[in-house]
Amino acid sequence: MATLELTIRERIAARPARRASRLGLLFWLAIGWMALIFAVAIFADLLPLPSPTDMDMLEKRAAFSGEHWLGTDGLGRDELARLIFGARTSLVVGLCAPVIGVVIGGALGMLAGYFRGRFETLVVGCMDVLLAFPPLILALAVTAYLGQSILNLTLILGVLGIPAFTRVARAATLTLSRREFVIAAQALGATHARILLRELLPNVLLPLTAFFLVGVAITIVAEGALSFLGLGVPPPEPSWGSMIGEGRESLDIAPRLAFLPAIAMFLSVLSFNLVGDRLRALTDPRQGTL
Amino acid sequence: MLGFLARRLIYLVPVLLAVSLLTFLIASLLPGDLAYVILGDQATPEKVAALRHDMGLDQPLWWRYLGWIGHVLEGDLGRSFRTGQTVLQAVGERLPVSIELMLLAEGIGLLVGIPLAIVCAARAGGAFDRFVTGGAFGMLSVPTFLSAILLIYLFAVELHLLPATGYVPFAEDPVANLRFFILPALTLGLAEWPTIMRVLRSDMIATLQEDYVALARAKGLKPWRILFVHALKPSSLTLVTVTGINIGRLIGGAVIVESIFALPGIGRLIVGAIYTRDLVILQGAVLLVAVGFVMVNFIVDMLYAVLDPRIRHGHA
Repeated sequence: MATLELTIRERIAARPARRASRLGLLFWLAIGWMALIFAVAIFADLLPLPSPTDMDMLEKRAAFSGEHWLGTDGLGRDELARLIFGARTSLVVGLCAPVIGVVIGGALGMLAGYFRGRFETLVVGCMDVLLAFPPLILALAVTAYLGQSILNLTLILGVLGIPAFTRVARAATLTLSRREFVIAAQALGATHARILLRELLPNVLLPLTAFFLVGVAITIVAEGALSFLGLGVPPPEPSWGSMIGEGRESLDIAPRLAFLPAIAMFLSVLSFNLVGDRLRALTDPRQGTL
Repeated sequence: MLGFLARRLIYLVPVLLAVSLLTFLIASLLPGDLAYVILGDQATPEKVAALRHDMGLDQPLWWRYLGWIGHVLEGDLGRSFRTGQTVLQAVGERLPVSIELMLLAEGIGLLVGIPLAIVCAARAGGAFDRFVTGGAFGMLSVPTFLSAILLIYLFAVELHLLPATGYVPFAEDPVANLRFFILPALTLGLAEWPTIMRVLRSDMIATLQEDYVALARAKGLKPWRILFVHALKPSSLTLVTVTGINIGRLIGGAVIVESIFALPGIGRLIVGAIYTRDLVILQGAVLLVAVGFVMVNFIVDMLYAVLDPRIRHGHA
């Protein structure tokens, strides 16, 4: 039975390993798009752009022109500037929130997977409780009562991401703890702290990084959804989600006001998902068939 | 099987208690005094103090929790001070909308996802498989509010085929009711099928490499019979979990889709309670949704054990 399973594993593993070795054009396109939005978000202040919040009531929903490359929105604000400053909002929330998740969730998951026993049961139980709540509603309630700010938004989205990171870290630690190099370290009398930090952490880091990128994608979507409902980033601060929400009001006369930020968000989410997925396929060839 | 059931039931008790405690804490610790919310900002401090005393708000937190959970266990989740409705009435009114939306969305997701997964798994790595897998991956990156906007633009604004927003009860006019549900259900279904397709395809590819499938092929059974009769059931374990989690999630209301299409489901009830600071409804509805989610997960675990004997005997 054991040999049979082994051959099946090998057969399954053989297929995607080839696929993972060539990252492909799409992967590099995704990296390119990520580099582009990072660059414009970082250097937004230095770019020769009109202000993203200055209104011009005479130029409402203006078409593409030399002055406004992508036209203006319903309040006469420059669409391109709002897209670029919106990228900054998405990236700040999208990168900071998963950091909370990866640090706390990663630590809890590793400790649970390494020490097992009661502590593991407790951690898994706590995560089950947290997962039982509809995340968007929790985020809505907290931002509605604590006030809409980028900080509050980042904190709550970060906390909501903890269970997923805990699962990834625990699963990886569980399998790694049984490997020879960990047993060897234990036999040599290494302390728990040393095993966790020097032996396990470098190996858990790879799947965690892959999931971190997927976490960024999920957070950008969540931030967009909250801003779309008007409970995310406070106006007039530009955010792709609120731009889509505002553009929805004029779908019949100027659909591009909803579709431009929608395209920007889709490409960004797709890029983070794609890069995260390829990294995961590298670390776990068996899951690559997904 | 009974031992497994008992173990899972015992595990449920602390989880449900913790869920109720967390719900209570969130609703209680959010700033904004309930007494001020009811009386308005102009209320005199004496009046506020009196109302706080009447409502028991001056009691310590743990005492209020015990009182609340006691009422909840008797089936009394409280009454909205805004509409006078009890939580159970409000949720009961909205639940059919959320359930209809959930059924239609899951139906669309499964109807698209399962056949695609089977066809892809049968010719894994082929042109069709790569096309569909790529499409599914792309769809996973489309947030529901984006596909909602796109569908509204296509079917309501450009083609004038379907209404963009609104709701009519099924009992009043079934056809109009379904017309209102098509776009929201399609929006959610579009988000569901990629996950369904991906997990089933991946499990199916593994199943098709098992020796008994090779035996069935050697016996000369027809390919569709192998795929649908021999390979589908053993491949559907993860699919059951995913569908179960989706159902549990959607019973709690699809907040975004219900808001966009103005459907009066549970999601909008909760969002409305957040906007109007109706803490009793918020607390009660969130508790019911979370408990519902835990229960659906429990049922899924049980189904799992029915489908896979290894789990109920404790060595998986």
